Amino acid sequence: MVEILEKEYLNPTVVRMKVKAPLVARNCEPGQFVIVRAEEGGERIPLTIADFDRQAGTVSIIFQIVGVGTRSLERKEVGGNLASFAGPLGKKTETEGLKKVCIVAGGVGSAIALPVAKKLYQQGCNVTTVAGFRNKDLVILEKEFRTYSQKFILMSDDGSVGEKGLVTDALEKEILAGEKFDRVIAIGPLVMMKFVSLLTKKYEVPTVVSMNPVMIDGTGMCGGCRLVVGGKTVFACVEGPEFDGHQVDFDLAMQKGMAYRSFEQKALEEDCNLFKKEAE
Amino acid sequence: MPNMKKEKTPMPVQEPAVRARNFKEVALGYTKEDAMEEAARCLNCKNPFCMTGCPVKVHIPDFLQEVAKGDFDKAYEVLSLSTSLPAVCGRVCPQESQCEKECIRGKKGESVGIGRVERFVADYHNEHGTAKPQKAESNGHRVAIVGSGPAGLTCAGDLAKAGFEVTIFEALHTPGGVLTYGIPEFRLPKSIVAKEIENLKELGVKIETDVIIGKTVMVDDLQKEFGFEAVFIGSGAGLPNFMNLPGENLNGVLSANEFLTRNNLMKAYLPGAKTPIPKAKNAVIVGGGNVAMDAARTALRLGADSVKIVYRRTREDLPARLEEIEHAMEEGIEFLFLTNPVEIIGYSNPEDRRDPKNGSVIGMKCVKMEQGEPDASGRRRPVPIEGSEFVIDCDLVVMSIGTSPNPLILSTTPGLEATRKGGIAVDENGKSSQDGIYAGGDAVTGAATVILAMGAGKTAAKAIQEKILG
Repeated sequence: MVEILEKEYLNPTVVRMKVKAPLVARNCEPGQFVIVRAEEGGERIPLTIADFDRQAGTVSIIFQIVGVGTRSLERKEVGGNLASFAGPLGKKTETEGLKKVCIVAGGVGSAIALPVAKKLYQQGCNVTTVAGFRNKDLVILEKEFRTYSQKFILMSDDGSVGEKGLVTDALEKEILAGEKFDRVIAIGPLVMMKFVSLLTKKYEVPTVVSMNPVMIDGTGMCGGCRLVVGGKTVFACVEGPEFDGHQVDFDLAMQKGMAYRSFEQKALEEDCNLFKKEAE
Repeated sequence: MPNMKKEKTPMPVQEPAVRARNFKEVALGYTKEDAMEEAARCLNCKNPFCMTGCPVKVHIPDFLQEVAKGDFDKAYEVLSLSTSLPAVCGRVCPQESQCEKECIRGKKGESVGIGRVERFVADYHNEHGTAKPQKAESNGHRVAIVGSGPAGLTCAGDLAKAGFEVTIFEALHTPGGVLTYGIPEFRLPKSIVAKEIENLKELGVKIETDVIIGKTVMVDDLQKEFGFEAVFIGSGAGLPNFMNLPGENLNGVLSANEFLTRNNLMKAYLPGAKTPIPKAKNAVIVGGGNVAMDAARTALRLGADSVKIVYRRTREDLPARLEEIEHAMEEGIEFLFLTNPVEIIGYSNPEDRRDPKNGSVIGMKCVKMEQGEPDASGRRRPVPIEGSEFVIDCDLVVMSIGTSPNPLILSTTPGLEATRKGGIAVDENGKSSQDGIYAGGDAVTGAATVILAMGAGKTAAKAIQEKILG
């Protein structure tokens, strides 16, 4: 059980929570994740670590309210507890030796991309961040990204903030302008990571993506998080969550993401009805 | 006078048609009278062969004699000398290949139902026993146990009884390991597991859940930073095996670990559960062990119209416990022996790429096998019969073909040597290549049984005691 120290809405559907978890804070690195249960009987939700403070023994997570699990997390308040907060799991982001990196962040994926940008920036790497959101109301962590990037490009689908267009448009423009990146690190929706990877493959820029498939234990036991990378089946929880974007079978990953959709939709409806009743 | 009846006292069970649709325990347990009658079948041999078949060396004739006399408390005391988990062992041990295999009564008739009586004694104690387990006086020495499955719990129990201060670290949010996430409620009620764990806590054992050794805390840190003098690793068998078949990553293909964990640990079978589980019409389970039986019977209880077990060898080769095979057959699980999957077939709608059924399992292509020459295991190796392919319609495939050791601890503990198969290498006392680090159970052997893991936990506990106390 861990105590919630801070809670903040970054936009209407994205929440940042800081918890006291000294054992997790002590070993964790950017790119790794934790398994969170909001309450007893709740789902095990894998969430990538957004920030940590080893001295203070605290870890932050940022999540979007999408299903019943994240909704129950959202209902938790400062001073309360989360039933489980287990980790750090998975492998850390490899940052060694990188001199010039482009971080491509999409939506709530920015939350996971930020600690990577921060680590790279602090080790002297030149960081360009391209962050994309649907519209200006959904922009998160802009100030933080500006702090940890030499260059920050903001994109929106509707042009209500930054430039209108997709993150791939901005990335291609950078590449065509002669920017030579050692690596692109793309973190966001599957479809975004797929098209970033297709683009960088064309320009032969090594690309790492962060996958977040369905999983239960997070330690390799269930095999629910299977992905195909380079034609080989891998378990994202132990071999990832980061993989070579040019090797990942994104279509399969998207298909697997649909497996429990009808259950989730039904559960969400029931949860909403329950909530309505409570409100009445 | 011993009871000379040739057959075991029958075990009352739920009717197959009824139990196939609920998750309540199948075997209902002996009454006092049943237990006393069955225990009286023991001849109290001077040289009890049954004990040689028991990995934890329970004093079998002694506890049976107490039961025959009607002194169930005394019988429990005798059991407790050797096992920390009698209610579990009585239910899930493969008695027919261990104690009961050696029982002299088995030569002319059926062996004594040792497991059934053991279960009765433990259940009777858990229901009526008033004496709480006594915490031993601390000897001041601290031992860490990694994993709260049968190996870890046994090791912890033995060490706590000897006065050690024991802390168990469990990666999941509920202790019990395979007893909790793997074996279903209808075979091993979770209240029984919880009770056995409570008993250990009464002995002073501490359990820290949600701590992943090798990730949250390293084994080295346990020794150097956290001050544990010895570490026992009982972290289980980890990674589920797949067959690398075409279509194995389709939606609706799960490892038995995932299917059972969703059901048992996450309680997906209960109404209102937060974790989903596929509820199939036609399920196919690949494999022939206890886990395959558990998965098949779980799919049935979740409402399947048909459940098939596909196994590449013959009925005689099934590694599962006899009782589980019989129960599964009674419940209507179909067995396809000498059959092996070659491909899993998925739905695909070329007209509509957004059809939500795209990528879901609709069938499994299998090939018939025949028995060839004996292989390394001494069993006749199954070989495919050319041209015998056929397709089974199904909407769920559960792969239950074993597990491989999880590399998590080996890869994060310098100097720890591995076996050829990727388990942790240990000597006959459970000691690893690193000083103060011991291991046992599936983490060493790969997938095996609860009782063998308990035996390994017990052996290591003894070695740890000798090492620390001299």
